[in-house]
Amino acid sequence: MAALLEVRNLAKSFGGISAVADVSFDVYAGEILGLIGPNGSGKSTLFNCILGQLAPSAGEVRADGRPITGMRPCDLNRLGIGRTFQLLQVFPQLSVRENLILAGQEHLGSMWSRLAGPHDAGLTGTANRMIEFFRLAAVAEERAGALSYGQQKLLDVAMAFMAGPRLVLLDEPAGGVNPAMLVDLRERLREINATEKATFVVIEHNMEFVMSLCTRILVLAEGRIIAEGAPEAVRGNRDVIEAYLGR
Amino acid sequence: MKLAPRARVIAGAAAVALLLAAPFGLKPYGIYLLSLWAVMTIAAIGLNLTLGYAGQISLAQASFVGIGAYTAALLTTQGWPLWAAFALATALSFAIGWLLGYPALRVQHHYLAFVTLSFATLVFLILRNEEWLTKGVYGISNIPRPTVLGWSTQAPIDFYFFCLGVLALVSAATGWLIRSPWGRAFTALRENPIRASSLGVDTRRYTLMAFAIGSALGGVAGVLYAPLVQFIEPTAFALGLSFSLLLMVIVGGSGYFLGPFLGAAVSVLLPEWLRFSEGLYLIVYALFVMILVAMCPSGLIGLAERLRRPAAIATPKPVPRDDGNGSS
Repeated sequence: MAALLEVRNLAKSFGGISAVADVSFDVYAGEILGLIGPNGSGKSTLFNCILGQLAPSAGEVRADGRPITGMRPCDLNRLGIGRTFQLLQVFPQLSVRENLILAGQEHLGSMWSRLAGPHDAGLTGTANRMIEFFRLAAVAEERAGALSYGQQKLLDVAMAFMAGPRLVLLDEPAGGVNPAMLVDLRERLREINATEKATFVVIEHNMEFVMSLCTRILVLAEGRIIAEGAPEAVRGNRDVIEAYLGR
Repeated sequence: MKLAPRARVIAGAAAVALLLAAPFGLKPYGIYLLSLWAVMTIAAIGLNLTLGYAGQISLAQASFVGIGAYTAALLTTQGWPLWAAFALATALSFAIGWLLGYPALRVQHHYLAFVTLSFATLVFLILRNEEWLTKGVYGISNIPRPTVLGWSTQAPIDFYFFCLGVLALVSAATGWLIRSPWGRAFTALRENPIRASSLGVDTRRYTLMAFAIGSALGGVAGVLYAPLVQFIEPTAFALGLSFSLLLMVIVGGSGYFLGPFLGAAVSVLLPEWLRFSEGLYLIVYALFVMILVAMCPSGLIGLAERLRRPAAIATPKPVPRDDGNGSS
């Protein structure tokens, strides 16, 4: 199977500290890949290097066989690669619906055609469907900053899907979300994966969430991949247990 | 500030009626102040776009008013029509504003303020020292007021209505802009540029565009300012005016469409209304501004919104300006 995303020998150092060291892996179309590891293992740094927020010290990233190393996040997004962040990243002064419209508008036409076109960029219908899908209808007109943490988290995730991406990198989507909403979020992600054929890479500390959602797991420790495989296999891996619990 | 659609129409109609009726019965100086309010509102609308919506601080707005004013003065005293000055000043200010936006791609906040402050100083020195072009400290006088489709705007009241007409056009265009996808992208740029970029917003182009459009509106204001005062010299466009325009945006309500209208009224008209207190009027004015900004940083519009629906206004939660990542 051809890889949707190829990461080859990726490394990132901050001064003398190596945050990511010689990491290589593939992400295949349609899979949900989990990326786990203890705090400080380099997961988010790896995401940032893949997604153009940080320039890698070495290595290469390819999407559909095309080099994307060092491309700007906005250009990567227009290639169909979306992301969410570990910390909440909604636009608090915009309404829920406007947050969603914003998340999709830059994929439509040119900058000038968007200025001359309708104010909602023709995305109200799509935004409304996303609002229904993520069960945010009751707060659709509210400013995002006035929502509860869990609702903001759902909005944050919903925004990543507004433009119909092929690949989404989710950084701790379950962080701070209450158990009831967590079940909902997992079902939403599964459904998008099944119906839209979207591929996910998920960083997560919530083991129950990640093991039940992902089809394959990568384990990172001290900037290196120490294990890879199906959730059950990774769960019993001695190196993984040592990385989390210490020797 | 969001009102019900019907209330908005009524409030808008009342404001327009007030502006149309205001000059009648006023002496020429009163009409001059109203015209100055309209001109400064246009400049403040431009700065509100750059600062209030896109979040890019600029202390150079007075320079663009100066560029517009000198363009108008130089052209119209040579017999060119004012519309030619509008076209040239807008294009010139847009282009220079675009270039001034480049530092904003690297630095923000007080660093960017100092970059724009340096630019303002540079423009002031050019206006003062390049006498062959600007006549230096002697200034340019006898700037004519335009005749528009046979309508002479020589009389103060006619020129006021001309300024009001341009303000209406600028307001309509700006209203369109901030409700468009561009306005949404500007707001995203202000609130969280890293997230905006991850959603496909080309933060570089929008930053430059915010500077360019805001500067162009400064140029438009300058083109009106020159025939309003009919004599211009460099000190009118020094740093003091940039601070006044910044004050208008902040006092009115930064990032609110109506903010510049109220802010310009406070800055231009309030000191005159306070003259009844004779020697104390500037002290009263300064105290008013200090208290307002300290108590209500979101300005007069923000204050009105807070009074209108106190329970519904949530304090905006600070959004992290780092890369959005935690410890891992």
